[in-house]
Amino acid sequence: MSSYAISHERAHAFYDHFERKGELPHQTHYCPGCGHGIVHKLLASAIDGLGVRDRTVLVSPVGCSVFAYYYFDTGNVQAAHGRAPAVATGIKRSRPDSIVVAYQGDGDLAAIGTAEIIHAANRGESMTVIFVNNGIYGMTGGQMAPTTPLGKQSTTSPGGREKWNDGYPVHVCELLNALDAPVYLERVSLGDNKQIMQAAKAIRRALEYQVKGLGFSLVEVLSPCPTIWKLTPVEAQKFVRDEMGALFVPGCVRDRGKEAEARPARAAAPALADVPRLIGLTSGEEAVPAAERDLDLRIKIAGFGGQGVLMLGEVLAEAGLEAGYEVSWLPSYGPEMRSGTSNCHVRIGRHPVDSPLVSRPNVLLALNEPSLRKFLPAVEPGGVAIYNGREVPEGCERDDVRLAAIPVTAIADGIGAGKVANIVMLGALLELCEVVDEERVRGALRRLIHNDRYYELDLAALERGREEGRKLAAEAYGWGV
Amino acid sequence: MGKELTKGNEAIVKAAVLAGCRAFYGYPITPASEIAEAAAKYLPAAGGTFVQAESEVAAINMLYGGAAAGVRAMTASSGPGISLMQEGISYIAGAELPCVIADIMRGGPGLGNIAPEQGDYNQVVKGGGHGNYRTLVVAPYSVQEMADLTTLAFDLADRYRNPVMVLADGFIGQMMEPVEFAPRAVLPEAPGWSVRGTAETRANLVSSIHLEPDMLERHVRKLEAKYREAERNEVRWENWRTEDAEIVLVGYGIMGRVLKSVVEMARAAGIRAGLLRPITLYPFPAAQVRELARRARAFAVVELSTGQLVDDVRLALEGRAPVEFFSRVGGNVPSAEEVLEFLERTFSARHAREEVLAHV
Repeated sequence: MSSYAISHERAHAFYDHFERKGELPHQTHYCPGCGHGIVHKLLASAIDGLGVRDRTVLVSPVGCSVFAYYYFDTGNVQAAHGRAPAVATGIKRSRPDSIVVAYQGDGDLAAIGTAEIIHAANRGESMTVIFVNNGIYGMTGGQMAPTTPLGKQSTTSPGGREKWNDGYPVHVCELLNALDAPVYLERVSLGDNKQIMQAAKAIRRALEYQVKGLGFSLVEVLSPCPTIWKLTPVEAQKFVRDEMGALFVPGCVRDRGKEAEARPARAAAPALADVPRLIGLTSGEEAVPAAERDLDLRIKIAGFGGQGVLMLGEVLAEAGLEAGYEVSWLPSYGPEMRSGTSNCHVRIGRHPVDSPLVSRPNVLLALNEPSLRKFLPAVEPGGVAIYNGREVPEGCERDDVRLAAIPVTAIADGIGAGKVANIVMLGALLELCEVVDEERVRGALRRLIHNDRYYELDLAALERGREEGRKLAAEAYGWGV
Repeated sequence: MGKELTKGNEAIVKAAVLAGCRAFYGYPITPASEIAEAAAKYLPAAGGTFVQAESEVAAINMLYGGAAAGVRAMTASSGPGISLMQEGISYIAGAELPCVIADIMRGGPGLGNIAPEQGDYNQVVKGGGHGNYRTLVVAPYSVQEMADLTTLAFDLADRYRNPVMVLADGFIGQMMEPVEFAPRAVLPEAPGWSVRGTAETRANLVSSIHLEPDMLERHVRKLEAKYREAERNEVRWENWRTEDAEIVLVGYGIMGRVLKSVVEMARAAGIRAGLLRPITLYPFPAAQVRELARRARAFAVVELSTGQLVDDVRLALEGRAPVEFFSRVGGNVPSAEEVLEFLERTFSARHAREEVLAHV
């Protein structure tokens, strides 16, 4: 005995009148013998049976069922061609209590939307996909579908689908069965009444699993298209049962409904007042009073990638900000980055920074020789340049620039970490010209360096840099070559 | 509240969360990836959703779904990804869904490079997808504006039920500056038209299809009227030393910054220059351009593209004043000195030419 009572009542999930359709409010726009009407009815009954009409959001595709929203008295969202699973993802993730059904045809799902269906399935999105496979593009007038059987004629395979030109029919359930996440994959057919009863069960099950929060379900429904196939409705149904059924064998491909875990509920949203803190904003911190000393530092820092060029700039900018200055930090792009070099522009000053690009630096920190050669000519007369080396290389003379050579990498190696060469240079800079207070620099380092060991190393590097700077200043060694 | 040294891309996300954004769908691309990375951290922390999509096509359609479900939602990308999103942006505009899309421009065409450029102006400001629609476009020139204009973008998106784009070049995305964020977070209620899987929203429909020509025409006219309203109410711009300017420079994004330096240098060199910086690129400050033409002798547009912004300036001027043009592309940004040299060259030559003409 069947568990289904035969009923001639309209499902509640359908509108009483199809007013959205305008004329003919009592019939659908589908052709006589088309499978969509049956699938709609099975889906509407399942929605009724599970009592989820209010919660349901139907995502309709591009194709003959684009107007599914004329009929379903549920929330409705119409999606672009092939994108229903992505749209459904967006809805479901934001409204986890909704019951989201993506309703798609074969061109929509298995051709243009292949990426979207695979990845929605692979994420285990808690949604139900009804995939109506009639082996042809119906709405556009009979072009070949990804599911068109070999040898079958269509307007774009006039000689019949040919494997060398068109490839093979795509088996969607089997394809998705290669993924870990899907909970339920079943292929059903509308080939006869018995098959339709099975389709009803499968659609209900797919929806029920979503109601239980289990994850991704897809039901592929082999469905007749008498108009395009140029068959009578009865012949079309027979074609579905026999020929489509032989190619796409109906049956349950996967049912993990018993063992599947429910997708964990999202944690409750935090109180709105806590949001700034949760996104790392230190609210309540007092604004720093503006600095009074007139300062306009235009700093260019350059070296190889990995020498801590950007980090050195960030420490300076952060220290400048803490001292009440206007600052900007800009990592540089351009041809020079291709050879693995890196440079950044830092501005620290009393007035709002106009251009964050430093084209005429008054401080140049060159961590390698190519950087010195490239940027030294642009340094403003009276500016400072520190070069990472024992002596200033030949051809880099500037008698209007205070140019110092300090082997910061070697010094950093000496204190046990070549990586802190940038901070040695920073220490030297603090000694050689009045930039910002060391106190601010230490504060900036503390904010930026979370690892205590590195922080200690950086402090040591800063001190060593200052020593070198003092030595230089005392010996006037290396200045103004 | 104190200021925080913040990267441009990160400022977008923090401002978005404070403005009530609770869904982000994205796909990595340089130089916009920090936006997705920050969103992956902060959206879930604030009780929202972050999904890394399988492509920009999927990301924009997830955004369509999220926006349809009535949450403040956004995505971000750079040129190649924005090209892929254009289909979805057209659907979003057609379905009148509010959302925010950030484009951190890189060099193009094709794969181009990852250095900053402004070559997406046309595809973002003029549409880019199919059909008669516009996106509202804000163009930050500082990290503070990355935050402020993102906040504005969400409000405009809701007000006009339309996608709003934050168009910034890679420089503005990658640079760090102090930012003062909104002091408190807001979370606007879901709009009445949204589809949320509830009894009260069951009758709602989100769709962009209007099969009957007369229906579609009505719909397109309605969108058009909405854009006219935005043109009346939402134009934003900055005039910088334009009161007595004979030469008006026009530039946005990073060029707005460089041009401020140029104005100072030009004035020191005896050229009375000023800057008009569009803050909204659509609607474009056309009336403001015309207003300045009452006094200015000439305009000079400087952009990191081969002539996209300049078209809007010319259209606005309708021939009222000559327009000179200077550009760098491929990831190169002109220094202030370079632009100044262009000004001196152009306008001394023009001056000489005018004198010659006067004597003919």
